[in-house]
Amino acid sequence: MDYASSEPPPPAPHRGHPPAGPRSEDALPATAAAAVKVVIVGGFGVGKTTLVGSVSEIRPLTTEETMTQAGVGVDDTAGVERKTSTTVAMDFGRISINEELVLYLFGTPGQQRFWFLWRGLFEGALGAVVLVDTRRLEVSFDVIGRLEERGVPFVVAVNAFPDAPEHPLEDLRAALDLPDSVPLVVCDARRRDSSRDVLMTLMRYLHSLAASPEAL
Amino acid sequence: MSNPGRDWEDGTPERLYVITGGRSGPVSPVPLDLVTLIIAKTGPRPGMQPEHAAIMRMCRSPLSVAEISAYLALPVSVVTVLLGDLITAGHVLSRPPVAPAKLPDLALIEAVIDGLRKL
Ligand SMILES: Nc1nc2c(ncn2[C@@H]2O[C@H](COP(=O)(O)OP(=O)(O)OP(=O)(O)O)[C@@H](O)[C@H]2O)c(=O)[nH]1
Ligand SMILES: [Mg+2]
Repeated sequence: MDYASSEPPPPAPHRGHPPAGPRSEDALPATAAAAVKVVIVGGFGVGKTTLVGSVSEIRPLTTEETMTQAGVGVDDTAGVERKTSTTVAMDFGRISINEELVLYLFGTPGQQRFWFLWRGLFEGALGAVVLVDTRRLEVSFDVIGRLEERGVPFVVAVNAFPDAPEHPLEDLRAALDLPDSVPLVVCDARRRDSSRDVLMTLMRYLHSLAASPEAL
Repeated sequence: MSNPGRDWEDGTPERLYVITGGRSGPVSPVPLDLVTLIIAKTGPRPGMQPEHAAIMRMCRSPLSVAEISAYLALPVSVVTVLLGDLITAGHVLSRPPVAPAKLPDLALIEAVIDGLRKL
């Protein structure tokens, strides 16, 4: 898939030479009691890693999962069920909210069904940010549809690439068929304050949902 | 996916099979989320499997399952099996994530907003 094939996998650890783990300045305080997560989802090259990296207190790390899919091989004349497995990787970052609470941000390519099969990725997430490149809106339709299906609350952030044509937000909202209630903002994923504001927009939206659940 | 064939890796499952002793979970006595925090009760014990010892070392301070997977360069499902062993043996503790109910808790959201403001 896009992410894993665009970057070489991390080197496998040597048995007997286990990797060190976090640098001491990356260690969480012993008081860290619980974590929450937010998923940054968007098409290939839209700026997910950039956004995660610009707000994360640690250099983004990569985690992976092996997905097993049952499928019928095209070469099998008998139509025998075969199991194939693939490794999907995603990067993530971390923000310590306070002494007890930690926020993790997972940057996830959205164009593939199996991301939504990664158990525990969207389940239990506070919400999601759909990162959009206006030059390739079509990727976002699918992502937004899947989030709606799953009842994952989300906001949409347009990552403003300089060479992308500028569209009024209301036109984008119409093109994405977004309800008026879903926040739509413009950001520059390279900038920490801008990325932070995107997360803030999501949190304020979640706050409004939690404060008036009848609005759902 | 531009080139589906390239993404299917063959060699890897065997290596993973060795590390987990052929088990593929779920064998953890508690459910483990990507952001469950793990903390070791002690340093590594003599005779531990290298992966177990590595986890014991890196979890001297709390660390999420996702971070452990990243530092070990092992899939989350394999890490989950390894952590299950350590939890069952009482070597590490797990701190479950804040589970947002149907709707997240107002106080939790407010805490996150406060934290982000300080960034
Ligand atoms: N001009 C501009 N460039 C950006 C912005 N965000 C990201 N980029 C650049 O766009 C390229 C892709 O960004 P990434 O953050 O790697 O995108 P990604 O979504 O993680 O990509 P994949 O993981 O490969 O799907 C990089 O070269 C970034 O430097 C932005 O806001 N403005
Ligand atoms: Mg990326």
